[in-house]
Amino acid sequence: MKIARSTKVAAFAAAGALALVGCSSDSGSSSESPAAGGGQIGGADCATGTIKASGSSAQKNAMTEWINAYQTACEGATIEYSPSGSSAGRADFINNQVAFAGSDSAMEGDELQQAAARCDATPPINIPMVGGAIALTYNLEGVDNLVLTPDVTAKIFNNEITNWNDPALAEVNPEVSLPDAPIAQFHRSDGSGTTDNFTQWMAATAPDAWPYEPGSDWTAKGGQGSKGSDGVAASVKSTPNSIGYVELSFVETQGLKAASVDNGGGPVAPNADTATAGLASAKVTPNPDAGEGDLTMEIDYAVQDSAAYPVLLLTYEIVCQSGNAADTLPLTQSFLTYTASTEGQSMLSGIGYVPLPGELETQVADAVNSLS
Amino acid sequence: MGDRVFTNLTRLAGIFVLVLMAAIGAFLVWKAIPAFRDNTGNFFTTQEWFPDASPPFFGIAALAFGTAISSVVAMVIAVPVAIGTALFIGFYASRRIATSLGFIIDVLAAVPSIIYGLWGLQVLMLHMDGITKWLNDYLGFIPLFRNEIGIYTKSIFIASVVLAIMILPTISALSREVFLQVPRSHREASLALGATRWEMIRMAVIPFGRPGVISATMLGLGRALGETIAVALILSAAFEINWHITEPSGNTFAANIALKWNEAGPIGLSALIASGLILFIITLVVNMIARAIIAKHKEFSGANG
Amino acid sequence: MSVTDRDDAEVLEGLSSQLAMKTLPRFAAGYSALIAAALTAVIVALTPAQGIAGSLVILFLLYMVVQTGWSFAVEGRRFAVDRLATTLVTTMFMIALAALVWIITSVVIRGLSSFSVDFLTSTMRNVSPLREGGGLLHALVGTLEQVGMAALIAVPISILVAIYLVEYGRGKLSTWVTFFVDVMTGVPSIVAGLFIYTFWVLTFGFERSGFAASLALTILMIPVIVRSTEEMLKIVPNDLREASYALGVPKWKTILRIVIPTAFGGIVTGIMLSIARVAGETAPLLLTTFLSQSMNGNLMAGPQASIPTFVWDQISSGTPASIDRAWAGALVLILVVVIFYGLARLVAKLTAPASE
Repeated sequence: MKIARSTKVAAFAAAGALALVGCSSDSGSSSESPAAGGGQIGGADCATGTIKASGSSAQKNAMTEWINAYQTACEGATIEYSPSGSSAGRADFINNQVAFAGSDSAMEGDELQQAAARCDATPPINIPMVGGAIALTYNLEGVDNLVLTPDVTAKIFNNEITNWNDPALAEVNPEVSLPDAPIAQFHRSDGSGTTDNFTQWMAATAPDAWPYEPGSDWTAKGGQGSKGSDGVAASVKSTPNSIGYVELSFVETQGLKAASVDNGGGPVAPNADTATAGLASAKVTPNPDAGEGDLTMEIDYAVQDSAAYPVLLLTYEIVCQSGNAADTLPLTQSFLTYTASTEGQSMLSGIGYVPLPGELETQVADAVNSLS
Repeated sequence: MGDRVFTNLTRLAGIFVLVLMAAIGAFLVWKAIPAFRDNTGNFFTTQEWFPDASPPFFGIAALAFGTAISSVVAMVIAVPVAIGTALFIGFYASRRIATSLGFIIDVLAAVPSIIYGLWGLQVLMLHMDGITKWLNDYLGFIPLFRNEIGIYTKSIFIASVVLAIMILPTISALSREVFLQVPRSHREASLALGATRWEMIRMAVIPFGRPGVISATMLGLGRALGETIAVALILSAAFEINWHITEPSGNTFAANIALKWNEAGPIGLSALIASGLILFIITLVVNMIARAIIAKHKEFSGANG
Repeated sequence: MSVTDRDDAEVLEGLSSQLAMKTLPRFAAGYSALIAAALTAVIVALTPAQGIAGSLVILFLLYMVVQTGWSFAVEGRRFAVDRLATTLVTTMFMIALAALVWIITSVVIRGLSSFSVDFLTSTMRNVSPLREGGGLLHALVGTLEQVGMAALIAVPISILVAIYLVEYGRGKLSTWVTFFVDVMTGVPSIVAGLFIYTFWVLTFGFERSGFAASLALTILMIPVIVRSTEEMLKIVPNDLREASYALGVPKWKTILRIVIPTAFGGIVTGIMLSIARVAGETAPLLLTTFLSQSMNGNLMAGPQASIPTFVWDQISSGTPASIDRAWAGALVLILVVVIFYGLARLVAKLTAPASE
């Protein structure tokens, strides 16, 4: 595992340093086939042209790194990803503004019917592409290994636990001396897939303490709202005795502390390995209304395993299964083949995301392969 | 001949404005209908905002309150400072300094709002604890300034200060422009009669400049009411009416649209447009009041008035 | 232009006060400040800690009381009020200056730390949000094109509307136009963006582009330019118009040759203010353009960046490197505005009538 990890980091570093020039790629799988763009990346033949995609801001940094690596390897390609939000991305996809949409939740129901109009009358498919963990980040001087249970977390974010010296907190943190200070609780003020997944976890694991409908808008009273995960991260960083929830990548880039979460199987710290283990418990549940090969997933938020982190985020690319426009299909397919490849996925762990578990990676690659 | 062509051209431009506004208004109403139809809350008195729940339940009470109070506080701070600044540059500063000061204020009026937002979030907010605590300690008997939760960031008050600084150059630059137009004869006459500088300003400058200053103020108010990004970055965005403006709370129409637009479902989008429509109507009413004030002082506005 | 009148004013004021009555000594302000400072020291010493800010407020209030009271006793009510007004006006100005200087220095200092020539000449293509480097050439090009096109559409329409309202406007139509221009001022920028998005993109099926952004910005510019131009045209003395009519010049020529040139400086200022208002507009651009990291000089098609969306994008990435880029972007945005504004001022000066 250690070795695998370090090659991942190396792959990421190499890509980031714009070293993936021309035909060579780190996975070493390249045979110089005379493809459209002349080069190869992650087993995909380079395609050329310009495509647009929009949607989930949670996968923005992953997309940016992938796009940079792809554009560097494939000179004639331009891919623009606009992190405008999942709902806006799905609307763009339905209105034929983008080649594919990024979304924190799978497209379903009416939207699939509406989107079929642009996909040659067949509904599109959801392809899980970017996994991630939602970290409970906190700012407590002298405390480095906070443990939270779903129940305690839900009570903190529902303002039932308002002081760090609350007995419920002390009970799950017997080793730690917690200060007598009010908890400054931060949540997202904008609508967000992160909020959606976070509240789904609380609703699934602590339904008594979290009485609200899970959703992308924050519905509980109290606490403070900040715009964007960057806003929450900055607020937590600058406010003593605070807590908030952000994607794991923000914990790493901003130098924040993240709590371990105990779903019942012992405390688990969020990192790429524990989150991948958590994602491995997610099940593929194809939506019959979607196109053939749909990979809608169901995350097991209640997973109890001392190696699996439970507060997870799984974002999809939504793309036409068939009926893609002739001028965007080659680049879309080539780019998604790269992102689904081991090379593309391994890049994620260096920037706070989580590679898809191996089995799912294969299914995703097959789904991308079948696009037409 | 030339006259007729030119007249019709200008009239056509006027009609274009009407058509454009009709199109925007009609679009807002049309797109807001689903939200009004499906809402199970009271649109005007409900403070919560759950338009994408089933059934949808939302209202604009908290938004209207937040918009009004943040703009009012911003105006209370900005207007005296802006007019004072315009007077200083126009009548107090020495001539050489005045020219460059005027230029600086004009340029500052041109600083885009996203910069005020970035500054408010990254710089000002870190330095506001002192004054908000002071307000709480010494003026806390006034509910407006009382802070019951001990956290002083992300408040309406901070947003108002940023709004005030943002609209200050706008109001000041336009007021200065108007003051510069006060006929020299008026000013000299009053001074020749032995008036002090302040009396000259009060008797010759203010009456002449009042409609222009009111119009400049309204422009500033419009900017404060509709400011989106700066407020969205700063406010804590809570859907409740909270008179304690130094506590982290509050939300405005414009900020809410920006914050909720990304993840809004069909009814959510419609509800946001409905709230935009209300913002639109509020500005309309504000403008009508301003018009009425200006009309009262019409005799001073020169030309064809 | 106001050289003589200001000097006259000072002379007159000096004369009247010297001839007619007793005045405070020349350094009255300094003495008042000293007395106030002494009193403040006493108060601060006697009462619990006020902090620096509190002490300054007390000092200021005492200064006003001392000076006004002294002046009231020696010079009488009118001059006391005048001195009080001078103090207040100066204070207001100092407050405004302090706040604005603070903002500008923040932007300059934080912006300069990551500013370089490369920042102006490179794009964000293939630049990781986690790393330093990259630039906003693509955004600069986008903003200049989008705002330029918006001005190109909005300026002629707005000036014609203003002329209609001031010079021709009579009756119902003009009342309605005036009213709706006012209402238009209040159209939230995000609603303008929403409107263009629905009509241009959803109804007509065009793709999101720089031009769609220009259309949204046009809606925001028109009322600002109309209002300021209207204000400036109203201030042109009627004598000028009447003199021109008396010489037999037709009305439209009078307007174009006499009225507009007279008000030109003010009109240009108004246009600049409108550009200022829209150049930093972020919300409508987020709806009408497609964010881009690469260069696209084509206003009509494809994803195109702009400086506000660049800054917004960098703030949203939230990494230390991207926050630095956001500040540098803010600095460039201010520089663009200042340069543009300086040029406009120059134009106004060169074309101003020689009368004053």
